[in-house]
Amino acid sequence: MIRLEHVCRSFNVGDQQVAALRDLNIDIGAGEYVSIMGPSGSGKSTLLNMIGLLDRPTSGTYRLDGVDVTALDEVQQAQVRRDKIGFVFQFFHLVPRLSAAMNIELPLILAGVPPEERKPRVAELLASYGLSNRADHRPEQLSGGQRQRVAIARATIMRPAVLLADEPTGNLDRATGREVMTLLEGLVERGVTLILVTHDHEIGDRAGRSLVMVDGQLESDSKRVAP
Amino acid sequence: MNLADTLQFASGSLRGARTRTLLMMLAMAIGVAAVVILTALGEGARRYVIGQFSSLGSNLVIVFPGRTETAGVSPGMLLGQIPRELILEDAQALARSTAIRRYAPLSIGAAQASNGALNREVVVLGSTASLLAIRHMSMGEGSFLPEGDARIATPVCVLGSKISRELFGAQRVVGSWLRLGDRRCRVVGILAGQGMSMGFNTDEVVIVPIASAHQMFNTRSLLRILIEANSREQIIPARDEAERILTERHGERDVTVVTQDAVLATFDRILSALTLAVGGIASISLAVAGILIMNVMLIAVSQRTQEIGLLKALGAPPAQIRRLFFVEAAMLSLLASVAGWLLGELGSSIIGHLYPTLPVGAPWWAVLAALGTALGTGILFSVMPARRAAQLDPVLALARR
Repeated sequence: MIRLEHVCRSFNVGDQQVAALRDLNIDIGAGEYVSIMGPSGSGKSTLLNMIGLLDRPTSGTYRLDGVDVTALDEVQQAQVRRDKIGFVFQFFHLVPRLSAAMNIELPLILAGVPPEERKPRVAELLASYGLSNRADHRPEQLSGGQRQRVAIARATIMRPAVLLADEPTGNLDRATGREVMTLLEGLVERGVTLILVTHDHEIGDRAGRSLVMVDGQLESDSKRVAP
Repeated sequence: MNLADTLQFASGSLRGARTRTLLMMLAMAIGVAAVVILTALGEGARRYVIGQFSSLGSNLVIVFPGRTETAGVSPGMLLGQIPRELILEDAQALARSTAIRRYAPLSIGAAQASNGALNREVVVLGSTASLLAIRHMSMGEGSFLPEGDARIATPVCVLGSKISRELFGAQRVVGSWLRLGDRRCRVVGILAGQGMSMGFNTDEVVIVPIASAHQMFNTRSLLRILIEANSREQIIPARDEAERILTERHGERDVTVVTQDAVLATFDRILSALTLAVGGIASISLAVAGILIMNVMLIAVSQRTQEIGLLKALGAPPAQIRRLFFVEAAMLSLLASVAGWLLGELGSSIIGHLYPTLPVGAPWWAVLAALGTALGTGILFSVMPARRAAQLDPVLALARR
């Protein structure tokens, strides 16, 4: 489903070129649960942004569902992001002035889904994440765990095939982090491809497949047999 | 994303940053209000002057002696000649014209007026019965100069209301005798108080028959001949005929005939230009407000990088983000300009209450121009922030906390 071929990404820092990704070749199948680990600056987040079409490779090709998405223009890429990819961030990135329900509704609004269709979908999702009584609260009135659940609900409301999570538990305490992980893993069981960037080995090791990155290159790619 | 959602989202972000929104609205509203109030004042001045002119009479054509050249100096003046005088017969000759409804010769002088021990210097106007109608004056008491042959020096006079008060006080005025210079005349009427009108106070004049004035001042010349044309359309024929008749009588064209309309049009032009200039100056403040909006929107973009990055990650194409910021600015300028308009109307109605004589009221074109400029600058200056928002790199935007 996701196929990266000879992907390089370098940044200009001053007059120096710094390579964040060096000649990566990765294949991720549909429904896989992949964790990406590695020290800071190893290129994990860059890789995730690349997969999420927020960043373009300097060279190499990226195919998503067999389509060379690096060749698409900005508008088409936005459309792919909207329909196929969901993001979960470490700092939640909820819109502070919008209520929980409105935050979840946002992707539907951007996609131009008619209002009468939006409301039931949002209500359904709120209910399944146990947020029904928090629908009208603004993010600042929610706990960290609740915020991340709202963020996950927002990432999944368009029913994307791929869910990208950048340190989803990085800003949560251990217990809440575990809850969030259970939620994400529940999505994997429903066939979503989950790609997770984390520092935390305990979380990273739960994934069916672990990629370890060092200096922009893949150091190890270990698949575990599902328990 | 449909229109209703776009509007709702934009109004949400306006409400989200209340202080910013209010400050920007204030800046723009003051600009619009300034344009509305200043043009209202200009327009008020224009209407005031026009009102003053029409109180002098309508369809008025004025003849005065001497020929005014465009250079402002008549050739005769250079040779030390004085222009040939206008006389009563000239005025009477004008009655031949069909375009002229009535005419009034006018001469002017100053004399000592006294009643018993009270006396004062007064302006004496010599004219005929027609003056009342031509100059739109009205009588407070008694009657105006009698109709009849203008060449007969009937010993009567009509007093301005202030003169009457000063010389007679509470005494009965109409029917009393007044000493005017070396003559005596019977007061037949008192003018209704009118106050100043074009710098000429009819409350402080004494009006006598033209023949009496000529005798009193030992002259036969007229200062002016006032002509009232039959109708508005007849003004130009009346002017041309007056000129023709007088040229015929004098053997050369040595009078100047102006229509009140021409004078009025000049004033109208000057004051319109003034209004326009003042409005133009005020609209600079609108441009300033527009630049302010651009600044604040740019700040808003940098404050909301996260939100913009998020929208991009959620699949909003650049055009959509541009549209969101654009609609936000448009909405802001619309609200602000309407608020400014109301504020301006309020301000001009307050001025109208403070100075009731001034017919203040912003002309519709000024209101439209102010609203248009406000909307235009608001939208124009939102283009750059909107573009900047759309070009934002989502990775950088989301990386920040």
